[in-house]
Amino acid sequence: MRNILPILTVVATIVVLWYLAAVKLNSAWVYDQATRAGADMPAFSQVVSETMNQDRPVLPTPHQVGAELWKSTVGMAVTSKRSLVYHGWVTISATLLGFAIGTGLGVLLAVGIIHNRAMDMSVMPWAIASQTIPILAIAPMIIVVLNSLGLQGLVPKAIISAYLSFFPVVVGMVKGLRSPDQMQLDLLKTYNASAAGAFWKLRVPSSMPYLFASLKVGIAASLVGAIVGELPTGAVAGLGARLLSGSYYGQTVQIWAALFAAAIVAAGMVIVIGLIEKGTLRRMGMVR
Amino acid sequence: MRDLTGPEGDGLMKDTINAAAPVIEARNLNLTFDTADGAVHALKDVNLTIGKGEFVSFIGPSGCGKTTFLRCIAALETPTAGTLTVNGMTPDEARKSRAYGYVFQAAGLYPWRTIAGNIKLPLEIMGFDRAEQESRVERVLELVELKGFGKKFPWQLSGGMQQRASIARALAFDADLLLMDEPFGALDEIVRDRLNEELLKLWARTEKTIGFVTHSIPEAVYLSTKIVVMSPRPGRITDVIDSPLPKERPLDIRDSREFIEIAHRVREGLRAGHGDDM
Ligand SMILES: Nc1ncnc2c1ncn2[C@@H]1O[C@H](COP(=O)(O)OP(=O)(O)OP(=O)(O)O)[C@@H](O)[C@H]1O
Ligand SMILES: [Mg+2]
Repeated sequence: MRNILPILTVVATIVVLWYLAAVKLNSAWVYDQATRAGADMPAFSQVVSETMNQDRPVLPTPHQVGAELWKSTVGMAVTSKRSLVYHGWVTISATLLGFAIGTGLGVLLAVGIIHNRAMDMSVMPWAIASQTIPILAIAPMIIVVLNSLGLQGLVPKAIISAYLSFFPVVVGMVKGLRSPDQMQLDLLKTYNASAAGAFWKLRVPSSMPYLFASLKVGIAASLVGAIVGELPTGAVAGLGARLLSGSYYGQTVQIWAALFAAAIVAAGMVIVIGLIEKGTLRRMGMVR
Repeated sequence: MRDLTGPEGDGLMKDTINAAAPVIEARNLNLTFDTADGAVHALKDVNLTIGKGEFVSFIGPSGCGKTTFLRCIAALETPTAGTLTVNGMTPDEARKSRAYGYVFQAAGLYPWRTIAGNIKLPLEIMGFDRAEQESRVERVLELVELKGFGKKFPWQLSGGMQQRASIARALAFDADLLLMDEPFGALDEIVRDRLNEELLKLWARTEKTIGFVTHSIPEAVYLSTKIVVMSPRPGRITDVIDSPLPKERPLDIRDSREFIEIAHRVREGLRAGHGDDM
């Protein structure tokens, strides 16, 4: 309850600034129309009212975006091609698959890196290099290559999504699996524990907080990957497709609604991971 | 494995026929660390024999190699010269036969395991079956007077209790040799006194051999049958004192004349080792 007030204050401030920006940015069109019609310059109050509900505003107002979100989620059959629930689900399914692949790959690489000196020396530079390539540049190529292999739809998007999400997991898990200090390792050595014993009994549990921190970054990156993966597919389905078709037809309200849908989905997924984290760490006795 | 028969045992038989075979035997042990700014002579010509059932304290100023010597015994460091045997084996063989329990300066309990879970850790690794694990946990918890705390997590216990839990963990698999590196270093005097008393009782009950590092002269004298005084740069043994105190030691033995005399000798040894800079 104590958190509500500051949050509301921030939200209210953003909404106010947003309206101000919408008036400023959309008024140009109003003045333009008036000049073209040869009419007098409209009064300021009229300008303001005419910036609120334009068809193709430069910046849609909050209530327009809200209405569009409402209409395309609750006010529409889920099967409709214009339903954001439908498009959202297309993107979420690719995100989740990509996230699973990326996390699995990231964990495997991290395990390899901490146990194998050659991998330790060689994998990290490549992993870092892979993230410096703009994903927008590489996504169309992945789509094309996979398409020629007969893979379409979900899988190519999931692979782009995995491409973005494995990295934070590798970095976090390497750090996490290496987090036990020398004393802890020495202790296991006095028990003559095997490498596998040390891994399961010490390294894995110690890495849990690091893993969850990485997963939160990773799932957000996965979503970005899935959306980017939808852009070159010719805008068939998914939040990325909504963004693309919105920009084709100058439907700014639709673009903003899709953007907000993506943000809400991302926030929701991060919150879910946060809950799993809390539950896991509590079960492990690591939350007081 | 512990009775010395076999090829190299025959020669030793004559010496060991009366006294029990030594648990630890160091001959001209040297250890030099290569560091960025030159070699550090952490142990120089260390000779020491520790018999079964002894309580041996290592005392000396910081950096004199107490920890290093204990770690050599535990095969966590490798000496650069000399010989060291543990139960007649090399330290590494002894480690593999799980000959000792090691208690580090920090309790080092796993925060994600309960106290019982922490004590089970070595038992799981060594492959004890479930029922055996449970009964051993119960037994050692009683031994360190933590009965009923098995289900608590480490952060729910005081520092002293955590340290006792870490001792319980080292006791759980019944190694005959217990190596303890300043286990009570971070605790206040009163808790320390209690734990010292408990440790003595435990030692009397279990008849283990104990190697114990400390900075405190009264602690060393109160606990030990043998006090090893060390001095730094290079780390070496300057005096080995066999305590004449009886095995039964109430806390007020510390006011007895004998006790004060030994403490005095330890202090002299420490001062001599320190040269002029004291
Ligand atoms: N891993 C290492 N690498 C290099 N030098 C080391 C290492 N471990 C210990 N030393 C050096 O060896 C010497 C002995 O260290 P050691 O830790 O055995 O001292 P100590 O008697 O246990 O001291 P304290 O009472 O402070 O714990 C010190 O000079 C220390 O700097
Ligand atoms: Mg030390």
